Amino acid sequence: MTRFNEERRRLLQAFGASAALTGASLLPGQALAAGKPRKTLGRVVVIGAGFGGATAAKYLRKWSDGAIEVVLIERNAQFISCPTSNEVLAGNREYETLVHSYDGLKKHWGIKVVHAEVTAVDTDKRRVRTDKAGEFAYDRLVVSPGIDFRFADVAGYDAAAQQQILHAWKAGPQTLALRKQLLDLPDGGVYIQSIPKAPYRCPPGPYERVSQIAHYFKQHKPKSKILVLDANEQIISKGKLFKAVWDDDYKDLIEYRPNWNLNEVDAAGKTVISELGDRETGGVINLLPPQHAGKIAHDIGAVNANGRWVTVDWVSLESTAVRNVHVLGDATLSAPAMPKSGHMANQHGKAAAAAIVEILSGREARPVLMANTCYSLVDGRRAIHVDSVHRYDPEKKAPVPVAGSGGVSAAPSVEEGLFARAWAKNIWSDVLS
Amino acid sequence: MKSLFAFAGLSVACLVHAAPPTDAERTVGYYAANCFNCHGTEGKAVSAIPAIAGRDRQYLEETLKAFKAGTKSATIMHQLAKGYTDEELAALADYFSRRQ
Repeated sequence: MTRFNEERRRLLQAFGASAALTGASLLPGQALAAGKPRKTLGRVVVIGAGFGGATAAKYLRKWSDGAIEVVLIERNAQFISCPTSNEVLAGNREYETLVHSYDGLKKHWGIKVVHAEVTAVDTDKRRVRTDKAGEFAYDRLVVSPGIDFRFADVAGYDAAAQQQILHAWKAGPQTLALRKQLLDLPDGGVYIQSIPKAPYRCPPGPYERVSQIAHYFKQHKPKSKILVLDANEQIISKGKLFKAVWDDDYKDLIEYRPNWNLNEVDAAGKTVISELGDRETGGVINLLPPQHAGKIAHDIGAVNANGRWVTVDWVSLESTAVRNVHVLGDATLSAPAMPKSGHMANQHGKAAAAAIVEILSGREARPVLMANTCYSLVDGRRAIHVDSVHRYDPEKKAPVPVAGSGGVSAAPSVEEGLFARAWAKNIWSDVLS
Repeated sequence: MKSLFAFAGLSVACLVHAAPPTDAERTVGYYAANCFNCHGTEGKAVSAIPAIAGRDRQYLEETLKAFKAGTKSATIMHQLAKGYTDEELAALADYFSRRQ
């Protein structure tokens, strides 16, 4: 057997089909004659170039061999990574390392990257209008809008209050602003971390943030305290690991209060108030507001779960509410035990790209596996992780964790700290280069 | 899975390198992309996580199966490998061994 046939035999063993080695399916319009250019399979417009959208754009080009035209619309000039941004707050990472260019997607993949705001989408006529770059027609639309904050759910959290009490839950100017607040806090000052009820973006993120800031206080402001006000009944990700780190390394620095549902802020008084009327005052308050799918998902009528999230078909990531529109990442109503993470959004981007390539080629989209790995850095060197593998269950019509797979770290380690930072480099490259 | 080859066309023998990828080839490519997040696009890592592109096929397959069986320790892979069938691990090992 030739090496070529050997490869095909292995593939068939793993991925099915009894039809022997005759499976060369042709892309529509694909000419067998050498040199004859292939017809385009269509155009996909992608709104939002974060971990989900940028990945979808790249893999649509890669897996269609350039036969799908891709327009990627993003309001920001640069990609700013939320993952690892907690390290910036503690002075363990330079902010500039979070910031990445979209040039790789243009140069390497021929993606038309448009920096503009989407002002309207006509999902019947399949057209996207922008504020300063005109209109784009599409065969398929990918919407990867991330989350928006429900400021109105917190009484007193108006525009002025938002200037003083930061979320820093979208990396960018607020990351630097919160860093400055921490630097300005006197030794002995109190930092309040409020955490909303799940689901929210990046389940372990708030607890990583607490760990990072505790690490900073331990070195530079040892008389300071962190008060964690968590609306959930316990730490919702890597709980035992975070608890152990806090007990071992930050014992007198962190006070954790579960079931503390923040209801109101008094920005002038630097005070937060719970639904039960409890009040806490801090020198720096970091308020993670309740969240829902990004605005554009609401505008196009895709939000159909609790008024917050987008229900999708988990094979194609197509919205169940709007045809020809695929929604990715944090904006989706999560599948069972599937986190809202950058890693997961990247996997959604690939799953949607694969499905769209199949569909525009006249074939049926089929489910793929998805995997997640989330690292959390607990000090300047060590990290912990949680990981999972999700396989599509045809009866539940959703990916579910594979029994016996996945898990968390045995303990924090320097090795995982190195891998955590390597993970960031690799995924930034996978999304953008 | 039979529908995989519903579009079966010409004999592979006369296409060889000009052949567009088969359904199974595309599928393994889609599955392999799960690994790219950590190990780099097409297994070409740019950092401390081991690159897997171009590694010996048998080594990759045996290593993945040992992770799955719990006979080889790891930080992550002993947990993730348990999410895949042996056949999938073999196909992924084969895929990454062929990346240059």
